Amino acid sequence: MGGADWETRAKARAIRSECLKTTHAAQLGHLGADFSALETLIVLYDRVLRFPNGDLSHPDRDRFVLSKGHAALAYYAVLSRLRERPVANISEFAKFGSALSGHPSNTKVKGIETSTGPLGHGLPFGVGAALAAKLEGSSRRIFVLVGDGELQEGSNWEAAMLAGSRQLDNLLTIVDRNRLQQGRGTELVNRLEPLTEKWRAFGWSVREVDGHDPEQLFDVLTSIPFKSGMPSCVVAHTTKGRGVSFMEGKAAWHHKVPSLGELDLALAELAEG
Amino acid sequence: MELFDCRAAFAATLLEIASADPRACVVLNDSISSSSAAEFMSRFPERTFDVGIAEQNMVGVAAGLANAGYVPFVCAASCFLTGRALEQIKVDVAYSRANVKLCGFSSGVAYGALGPTHHAIEDIAWMRAIPGLQIVVPADPAETSSAIRYASTTAEPCFIRINRLPVPKIFRNAAALVPGKAQQVRDGDDVTLVGLGMMTHRLMEAAELLAADGLQARVLNLSWLNPVDVDAIVRCSIETGRIVTAEDHVLAGGLGGAVSEVVAREYPVPVLALGIPNTFAPTGSPDEILEHFELDAASMAKRVAAWLGVARTRRDKW
Repeated sequence: MGGADWETRAKARAIRSECLKTTHAAQLGHLGADFSALETLIVLYDRVLRFPNGDLSHPDRDRFVLSKGHAALAYYAVLSRLRERPVANISEFAKFGSALSGHPSNTKVKGIETSTGPLGHGLPFGVGAALAAKLEGSSRRIFVLVGDGELQEGSNWEAAMLAGSRQLDNLLTIVDRNRLQQGRGTELVNRLEPLTEKWRAFGWSVREVDGHDPEQLFDVLTSIPFKSGMPSCVVAHTTKGRGVSFMEGKAAWHHKVPSLGELDLALAELAEG
Repeated sequence: MELFDCRAAFAATLLEIASADPRACVVLNDSISSSSAAEFMSRFPERTFDVGIAEQNMVGVAAGLANAGYVPFVCAASCFLTGRALEQIKVDVAYSRANVKLCGFSSGVAYGALGPTHHAIEDIAWMRAIPGLQIVVPADPAETSSAIRYASTTAEPCFIRINRLPVPKIFRNAAALVPGKAQQVRDGDDVTLVGLGMMTHRLMEAAELLAADGLQARVLNLSWLNPVDVDAIVRCSIETGRIVTAEDHVLAGGLGGAVSEVVAREYPVPVLALGIPNTFAPTGSPDEILEHFELDAASMAKRVAAWLGVARTRRDKW
């Protein structure tokens, strides 16, 4: 295990604890989604996204969109650890008048490109941002993190079709493939498989990784475009609620708030590593 | 009376803006001809983004372009733009404060016999409910031009509702029009007729018919619905004591609603709201449909005269 890998894992443990405590305090959150997407968020911000001079508003920065906006708390936690600290105090989460809503808002937190929450909004925005980068001749890249259940929204496929048609090889979509949506398994509700074939049919180049393995994530996220002239898609196989044994793979933890007992149990488990 | 298609003014103005400002671009949903975007596309092909028949993606793409500093003009039939992409307009544009210009074409019943699926008679109500979205419904070519110019200079999201039914020129000088301000286009003290878009000139015709009956109607062109010109409405309430609104839109949440909200709050006087009642339109040409709903000049004059008679009686009783 490399040094960066170890750092990511340690950071992920710390952020999981922070998300647990914050969600319990706020009595609101989406821990299952936070934990599923967490390693992807950390690797992106620590090792992949380019911000010239560390400036989160630099015109030529890479763009990142958290289309699954309900993973906001994990996102805030990652942002709070950046040098520029666009999120100063995570305990403000969900409090009255706070910048840290349950879903991220670009007008309230620097570094967030667009407000998300309703599903199926991130990829169309990403396609527009990718078209803009091409038009300017900029080498910046556009990264969009979507949930797998979210792909049931038709707007994603409108955008996917255009990205393929326009050969947007500066665009990367990461699918957080935890196989669970709010109520049940994705395949029980409205089957997504064969998922990689779907993306390929829309003109994307697709790879699959373990979405909790920092090295695999780093390798794939720094290999774009996978094919010149094609948008790239990473299907990141993940576990909803990852890191806390009694939450893993349970749809109920999509937005369940832990009791005090569950909080203690989860924190103890994370402390053991 | 010579009539003009406001889309021509829109297209010409946008070409001028795009020639001077490399940030201006167009986003379409296979709507090149209905939005008069053909010339833009031939002159600025790299700044023309036709996403195909995909309105949600169209508005999301525009927000992404705006994020990079471009000023996208989304050009699509108002029925599809506002209905199909309503949540994108709310979240990607208004809530995210993206510098996107939403241009809704062929609004109202302009699509006539194509039927209620293609009519945009709810679009104003939907857009009015979205916080921070500026709304303008230009009445003639000069005002269309003025609205597009304003939209290109403000960083705020805007909805510009453009009809395809030809209208006469009302304003001679686009430069004299002040964004957000209503214009009194006919003087009179017996009643104020408030219109917007293609209804304003019909109200001016109705006012001439009323004048023949000895009633002097003032006509106010209230093209801006957000912000709404509160001062102008209050002044008309005070000076004429009665207000009539007319719109090619359902009665719920449109011009009549906007004016009534101000009148009830600031200076209550009787308001007669003319528009499309709680129903979908029958099959017919735009003019046939407008006549059916008594929104042609003659019908409106008749209704106003009748209402003023009633209103006078009521007032006498008070």
